[in-house]
Amino acid sequence: MNFLTFISQQSGKLLDQTLAHIGLTFISLLLAVLIGLPLGILIARKRKMAGGVLGFAGVLQTIPSIALLGMMIPLLGIGPKPAIMALFLYALLPIIRNTYTGITGVDQAIKEAAKGMGMSVNQVLFKVELPLAMPVILAGVRTATVINVGVATLAAYIAAGGLGEFIFGGISLNNTNMILAGAIPAALLAIIFDFLLSRVQKISFRRLGIALWIFPLAILILSSFYILPSTYEGKLLAGFTPEFMGRQDGYLGLKDKYKLHTRNVVISDAVMYKAVYEKKLDVISGYSTDGRLKAFDLVTLIDDKHIFPPYYAAPIVRNETLQKYPELEPVLNMLSGKIDDSIMTELNYKADYLKQDPETIAKDFLVARGLWKASREGHKATIRIGSKIFAEQYILAAMYTLLIKGYTDLEVSAKSGLGGTKICFDAMTNNQIDIYPEYTGTGLLVILKTPPAVVDQLISSKEKVYDYVKESFNKQYQISWLKPIGFNNTYALMMRKEQAKSMMINTISALVKMDK
Amino acid sequence: MIQVDSILKSFGKIRAVDGISFDVKEGENLVLLGASGCGKTTTLRMINRLIEPDGGQININGQDIRSQSPETLRRNIGYVLQHNSLFPHYTVAQNIAIVPKLLYWDKNRIENRTIELLEKLNLSPDLHYNAYPNQLSGGQQQRVNVARALAANPPVLLMDEPFGALDPITRSNIVKDFGDLDELKKKTIVMVTHDVQEAFEMGDRICIMDKGKIMQLGTPSELLFHPANSYVQSFLEKQQLTLAYKAIKLEDISEEWESEVRKSEKENEIQISSNSSIWDAMEKINNEKDMNTIITIRNKNNQVKRASLNEILTAYSHLKNKLNK
Repeated sequence: MNFLTFISQQSGKLLDQTLAHIGLTFISLLLAVLIGLPLGILIARKRKMAGGVLGFAGVLQTIPSIALLGMMIPLLGIGPKPAIMALFLYALLPIIRNTYTGITGVDQAIKEAAKGMGMSVNQVLFKVELPLAMPVILAGVRTATVINVGVATLAAYIAAGGLGEFIFGGISLNNTNMILAGAIPAALLAIIFDFLLSRVQKISFRRLGIALWIFPLAILILSSFYILPSTYEGKLLAGFTPEFMGRQDGYLGLKDKYKLHTRNVVISDAVMYKAVYEKKLDVISGYSTDGRLKAFDLVTLIDDKHIFPPYYAAPIVRNETLQKYPELEPVLNMLSGKIDDSIMTELNYKADYLKQDPETIAKDFLVARGLWKASREGHKATIRIGSKIFAEQYILAAMYTLLIKGYTDLEVSAKSGLGGTKICFDAMTNNQIDIYPEYTGTGLLVILKTPPAVVDQLISSKEKVYDYVKESFNKQYQISWLKPIGFNNTYALMMRKEQAKSMMINTISALVKMDK
Repeated sequence: MIQVDSILKSFGKIRAVDGISFDVKEGENLVLLGASGCGKTTTLRMINRLIEPDGGQININGQDIRSQSPETLRRNIGYVLQHNSLFPHYTVAQNIAIVPKLLYWDKNRIENRTIELLEKLNLSPDLHYNAYPNQLSGGQQQRVNVARALAANPPVLLMDEPFGALDPITRSNIVKDFGDLDELKKKTIVMVTHDVQEAFEMGDRICIMDKGKIMQLGTPSELLFHPANSYVQSFLEKQQLTLAYKAIKLEDISEEWESEVRKSEKENEIQISSNSSIWDAMEKINNEKDMNTIITIRNKNNQVKRASLNEILTAYSHLKNKLNK
């Protein structure tokens, strides 16, 4: 699919995101000007405070933008509020500093003449200092605007919307069109606004009268863009990860098969469980063996229409590697049948909630089952194990590492944290990794992109799915699926236990019905 | 009109103005003259409260200047700085209108006054009314500066090195125009300069300052012929003669001149104002190329008086001897 086709298909979402992006940028800019301009004037008068105030604003700027966003969450929750707060803090420095520089840079002789002619302090400020400082102040506003357009892409991370949704989604799904669909408009916005502001600067102090009113009016109008896209039905709020949004076995299937119309926001995995626990969201997407289910007292909804295929976990290995090192296969299969759903949830709980590290969890588990053996410190060759970015994968990868080291003479190198299925799989086909744990459902839908007709025939049986992917991977990619480990980590929708109980929702269909 | 009484100002340990007192009579042009750092500018700025004295008092028209708000005080005092103090974002007209606007004059009155001032200062309203300062030359800007200070017709005018930044030719033109302005003749003016010649050309009385103290306050003749101390004497020493020629008016030395018309028709005659200085007369004669040219004036008794260059200089030497006694 080429880029332009993608854009025209997604034009609705693109417009929503662009409007939200503009709104976020300008609301925070407005706040920064409302607070930064008077502050700049204040420190231009009381020079002693200048060092402290500028220093503080400068420190805010040096905090990495994602960290600043993260810090806002416990204070302001998720959604537009923390995003706007973070963007506001970012925009402060250029505005305060440029106001200060502009005003102190006004010719002393002119200020003295104004004072000497009998202008009061305020008259000097509004008739002389501000007009003459305006070019410099506007330069500060320009800088702040461009910075904010850039940082606002991160707002998608915490469910505030904006073009970051496409960018992050595209990264997770390794969809270049999607990334560009978010990045190019964002860059264009920055360029356009910078250009428009440069025109305002040129108007300069001569026709200041009219410009002075058009400018704030424009900002107010642009800020209101944020409110516009809220034509959703239903009273519940759902939060989905960027990856979930783009998958047929995810949001797309929910819309098609269940006709789900619940208002939803895009939010990162790191933040969403806490958000639903704190009642900022009602429904989230997630994995059925996620430890946080236990930690936050959540319950999964039954997939009565079977859009989520079985996701049986098994290690997949390059045939080339298996042939070279035949001792590998039996060792990897040692985990087969040893971990069921509740065991995996428990292990995940230890990682996600008790904050134990994956290596410790893996070792404790193997020791408890009598499978652990001390490393042989072999140097025969190096096997590369990959994993995606969540605890379950880290734990499984750690287990395989310990088993290989203990039962063979092979070395192990971990390539963890490969963002998203596509990235992981591409790493394997490009011979960057030899093994990683994959799920049958993911293999069927995301990697093989099996046509719906075929999917429908297989989806009800976990064995059928397994056999299908095993055969296809072997034929198409020379990759083997070893024996399933024993648990089924499906995508699931989940809610707070007491809300699900009180609304009598136990299946996804019930949810859709309830939220009409 | 202005009474300055024992004013003091220190900046840190330095006494910029060290307890000085002086009066400025109504309609007088008093020049504060001295080298850099002598305290003349500080003194000037205490008159319109841009600087507050650490001690002493200043009265204008019998009223302590602290009895009203600084802004009210300043709106009734014209203040002229060096030329780059025009507001660059205002037109010439808008600049001139500043104080009248602060005093709530109506639009028509302001417009008429602006045009009047532009014409008096030899700036064409058609060309310059809506021009911006950066479109004017340095000399034109300074004329606007003066117009701006005169706009509300204040009784007092304070000027801080107003012609310092101009080239000699422009400067002499402005000084001449300035001197001819009838408005100024009624105003009380305090002017600061470090240029001795300018002080002697324009001042009715001159106050020479050094290190925050007054060295001597008097008319140009008093300073030249009766210096109070060695400082004043050495200050004026180098340019003694030029200053004398520039300061002394023909009116003051014309008493011994003759009134009758000379018989010879080969003689060239030119008439100049009795308020011109000896120097002006010499320049006029020089320009005529006939060094025997006769100068005629009408003195304050409306008599016609005539003198050749020789007779002018003789009269001067008589005056000098008289003053030196």
